Amino acid sequence: MIKTEKLTYTYSIGTPFEKTAVDNVDLDIEEGTLVGIIGHTGSGKSTLIQHFNGLIKPTSGKVYIDGQDIFDKSVKLRDVRFKVGLVFQYPEYQIFEETVYKDIAFGPKNMGLSEEEIKDRVTSTAQLVGLDSDLLERSPFELSGGQKRRVAIAGVMAMRPKVLILDEPTAGLDPKGREVIFDQIKEYHTRSGSTVLVVSHSMEDVARFAEKILVMNHGKKFCYDTPPEVFKRADEIAEIGLSVPQVTRIFSILRSRGVDIRGDVYTVEFALKTINEYLDGRRPENA
Amino acid sequence: MLKDITIGQYFPGDSAVHKLDARFKLVITGIFIVMLFSAQTFPALCVPLVFFIIAFAASKLPVKLMAKCMRPIIPVIVITSMLNLFFIDGVTVVSLLGKINISVQGLKTTVFMIIRLVALICGSSLLTYTTSPITLTDAIEQMLKPLEKIKFPAHELAMMMTIALRFIPTLIEETDKIMSAQKARGAELDSGTLIERAKALIPILIPLFVSSFRRAEELALAMECRCYNGGEGRTKLRVLVSDGSDYAVLCLSLLFFCGVIMLNIGKIVF
Repeated sequence: MIKTEKLTYTYSIGTPFEKTAVDNVDLDIEEGTLVGIIGHTGSGKSTLIQHFNGLIKPTSGKVYIDGQDIFDKSVKLRDVRFKVGLVFQYPEYQIFEETVYKDIAFGPKNMGLSEEEIKDRVTSTAQLVGLDSDLLERSPFELSGGQKRRVAIAGVMAMRPKVLILDEPTAGLDPKGREVIFDQIKEYHTRSGSTVLVVSHSMEDVARFAEKILVMNHGKKFCYDTPPEVFKRADEIAEIGLSVPQVTRIFSILRSRGVDIRGDVYTVEFALKTINEYLDGRRPENA
Repeated sequence: MLKDITIGQYFPGDSAVHKLDARFKLVITGIFIVMLFSAQTFPALCVPLVFFIIAFAASKLPVKLMAKCMRPIIPVIVITSMLNLFFIDGVTVVSLLGKINISVQGLKTTVFMIIRLVALICGSSLLTYTTSPITLTDAIEQMLKPLEKIKFPAHELAMMMTIALRFIPTLIEETDKIMSAQKARGAELDSGTLIERAKALIPILIPLFVSSFRRAEELALAMECRCYNGGEGRTKLRVLVSDGSDYAVLCLSLLFFCGVIMLNIGKIVF
């Protein structure tokens, strides 16, 4: 679905501030995958995702969406943007309309859809993100921070893009608000079957929902794999300055102390199961 | 596109011009401008030019930088020189289509004016290139301080300027972000008729205003939390100090100014 070839992007070429934000990244993301993108601040994740809908033109390398080179002259970037929906960090700051309804309808309207289609999409998307229908006629500026965030996310979801990318969708929200947003993103993913990319810097969050994880380090692709495979390399990940989920860390410490236990544990439920299995295996009556 | 805006175009350096007291630099730039506009003859005009070249050489700035600051005023120069060139009466040298005449006087005035404008921009750019905006506002505040006796709000004015300068890059960044976000939702910003384009600005301006007000409120709150209550009794982190060399440079510029006056008078006498 999304493929990149030797994608490189350098800021402010020819000035003292020159910096390569994305460095030679080869990627191949399959259709319908829920991907978590992780990396510390300045690792190039935000720059990388802005290439996927053509907001940033690569310094060198190619980006293919659906097998099509999006920077080819014959491709209209606007069409790419309807296919690849991007929700920026703190998206509530882009809200501008008088009513919640109108703001969610901005994207679909730009697509040139009919009034009924727009209405259908806005109401169903609002429902999906948990906005009551009586909120739709209110001014978005009267809403709470969490509600505004959901309005903004709904604004992109209503375009029903084949690929939905969200840049730190839960930044600045409380734990409950984070859970709600993640659940809604998952819901959107299962309902629409579309490819979803979520940028985050919390391993804990990514570990819980992602089918595949892309780890970025200093503009380079560190790895792109399923969570068990990624967390097998917990020590390396810790070395590049990223935290691994707390349970994974406990298991890697156990292993370093000579306990023969599996290292690819990243959820509490699985950890419980693994420990029980391990303890069962050590009980004399089972031996 | 927004990256091209250069306000507060400070170019850090360590030259004699950079080190000069900002208040003196302001005054000397003023003297330079007066020199430019009081010079009546070509020899007299050469004096401020020589003065500028010395200052520029001492500043160790790249020549390319000066050329860059000329770009925005090229249209102004072209239009005014056209007006001067074609509409000043005198002895005709060239006549185009029998109607438009170019006179010797017109040509002289045009050249004179171009030199003046270019020198004006270069001179004031030299000031902003070698002085950080914060130092500059500090200097302005100190120079206006005596006016506080007649209730002139010198500190408030300087604080406003400092805050405005501080937020220009932030706002540019913010605008860039909002533009990207709306583009991601399919907004078309650079095509369509004039009315369509004006309408397309609404999704950018409204969030920008909203966030500016939010920022202003947050800043005011943060300032109050740190007990800011105006300029009364407030000390500076970087105090401007002047020494002998500052006065020496000031004297030098006054000397040049005398040169301009002499050359002007010279023309009238002889």
